[in-house]
Amino acid sequence: MSSIKRKNLTPLQQQYQDFARAREPQRPILANCIRAFIGGGIICTIGQGIQWFFITYFNFDEKTAGDPTVAVLIMISVLLTSFGVYDHIAQWAGAGSAVPVTGFANTIASASLDHKSEGFVLGVGGNMFKIAGPVIVFGVFSAFVVAIISVIIKSLGGV
Amino acid sequence: MEKFILAFIVGGSICVIGQLLMDGLKLTPAHTMVTLVVSGAVLGGFGVYDDLVKFAGAGASVPISSFGNQLVKGALQEAQRTGIIGVLTGIFKITSAGISSAIIFGFLSALLCKPKG
Amino acid sequence: MLQGHQTWVFESKPVIISSAAIGGPFEAQGNLAKDFDLLHGDIWLGQDSYEQAEKKFLEQACETAIKKAGLKKEDIQFFLSGDLINQIIPSSFTARTLAVPFLGIYGACSSSMEGLSFASLLVDSGFAKNALVGTSSHNAACEKQYRYPTEYGAQKPPTAQWTVTGAGAAVVAKQGEGPHVVASTIGRVIDMGLSDPFNMGAAMAPAAVDTIEAHFRDLNIRPSHYDLIATGDLGKIGHRIARFTYKAWTRHPDREIDRLRHFNVQRRPTGLRRSQWLCLCCYNYLRASFKSYAKRGTKANFSHSHRCLALPHVLPAKGNHTLHCPCSINRNVKQEADVWKSLFWHLSLVDLYV
Repeated sequence: MSSIKRKNLTPLQQQYQDFARAREPQRPILANCIRAFIGGGIICTIGQGIQWFFITYFNFDEKTAGDPTVAVLIMISVLLTSFGVYDHIAQWAGAGSAVPVTGFANTIASASLDHKSEGFVLGVGGNMFKIAGPVIVFGVFSAFVVAIISVIIKSLGGV
Repeated sequence: MEKFILAFIVGGSICVIGQLLMDGLKLTPAHTMVTLVVSGAVLGGFGVYDDLVKFAGAGASVPISSFGNQLVKGALQEAQRTGIIGVLTGIFKITSAGISSAIIFGFLSALLCKPKG
Repeated sequence: MLQGHQTWVFESKPVIISSAAIGGPFEAQGNLAKDFDLLHGDIWLGQDSYEQAEKKFLEQACETAIKKAGLKKEDIQFFLSGDLINQIIPSSFTARTLAVPFLGIYGACSSSMEGLSFASLLVDSGFAKNALVGTSSHNAACEKQYRYPTEYGAQKPPTAQWTVTGAGAAVVAKQGEGPHVVASTIGRVIDMGLSDPFNMGAAMAPAAVDTIEAHFRDLNIRPSHYDLIATGDLGKIGHRIARFTYKAWTRHPDREIDRLRHFNVQRRPTGLRRSQWLCLCCYNYLRASFKSYAKRGTKANFSHSHRCLALPHVLPAKGNHTLHCPCSINRNVKQEADVWKSLFWHLSLVDLYV
């Protein structure tokens, strides 16, 4: 993606971008990855714990415990977002907090909170999916394509 | 106990993939999430993601990629029951919990709280 | 009067007779906190939305500047203002409050210098006896409008910038006490193909360098003509890149490039680990005495008597990716004692999502 962009630059632009890149602080990729691993791992472990809790005390089994687990994680994420804490966690953990489903809930909650001042219908209702929208749109569309291909292959007596 | 360790490792690894997409390819968080969801859907289509969930438990079912997997699973299950139209009608069957709770709790937070800025 | 290709020289040298700067909580913890007229502990100011709070900031800045000039709202002839919100709503609503004939301007972060240039032009050309210039920005309103929601957990890289919450205003008139606006250079948009919204500094630096050089070229002067060239909106990274770019493109000696100074108006907020590049979206007209500035550890020799007589100039540079417009300010050297007092810096504070 970035190489395509580079081909459209003039030599002066390329030269300046290399010049600037050499003089600006680089993203600490390794440190970010370690923190993402730890942060994401902790969130998934908490999810595992919640799942065990539902299996042990509420008669769910491995298959059906996934739904309430996700619901509880979403609730926790929305609470942390409302208290203004989640963005600080995310600055430390990066993808470790954006990739789990808690990140999805954070996008919805943060957009709702910010647009509250514009009213509930147009503000909250109209802007809730500002950042989560692409996830749902592309998730649904890619699921549709994959499912259609799968069904066609199966009906042709395939895999 | 072993389940917890596996959840930590697999969940952390998926997040590291996301971090590399964000830092290495300079994608925005939204692009990263979309990439992971679509990957989850594709792996779900191949039947691979369910094996990962059996192996790692919450380590595979908590990241956003499982959302893509569940969308595909819902579509395929419904298509098995009612034919190809099931692909349209069944997509949100399994992911209903996630999306509904996100909307409901998000709206409640807007009702009760103010952003901190 | 036009001089060179893109510079206006104001022959009557309009005066900035008063100015005011209002800041928010992070500005209160910054290096220049004592130069603000009023600092607030929160970003809401008791209002229901960020945009209304920004309007309040701007109203306070304008009212303070008018009061300090010893004037009343009715004495102000024109109000020029701009900000970063859609349809420059805070400026428009402030104009409604002030009930002064309003000229809305938009130059993103360069709005402050653009406003000052136009106000000086109006006063110099005789089309106004005085003019009030203002600009404002609000961190949360900007984030909400064209970046991410304020509570959203997006990890910001070290090059990211933090928009200022605050407002600045100044009254420009034909006569009075204060720094004189001597010239103004209108800059061009320089696009080096950078598309990372978290790296404004590098995007803005080429425009800054191009405009500063155009200023020197049009007026046929060198950087050593100025005692200080102040930048604020480039942020620390943008400033550093601008210095290197300036050196590479112009080959001026180091001691002249040393005059280019960056002023950190905010303490960096926690969570933005290395984001010291506080990209300020508000034009704050800050008062500072030359002496106290010298005490902050600059290398320039401000106590040299030669400088006192030879018209110490301050060239504030403002940069953003759309417009770069430095104004040169000349302190009235007849009152030697006054030379050390109340030197204005216009910090142009930038942040705009591309």
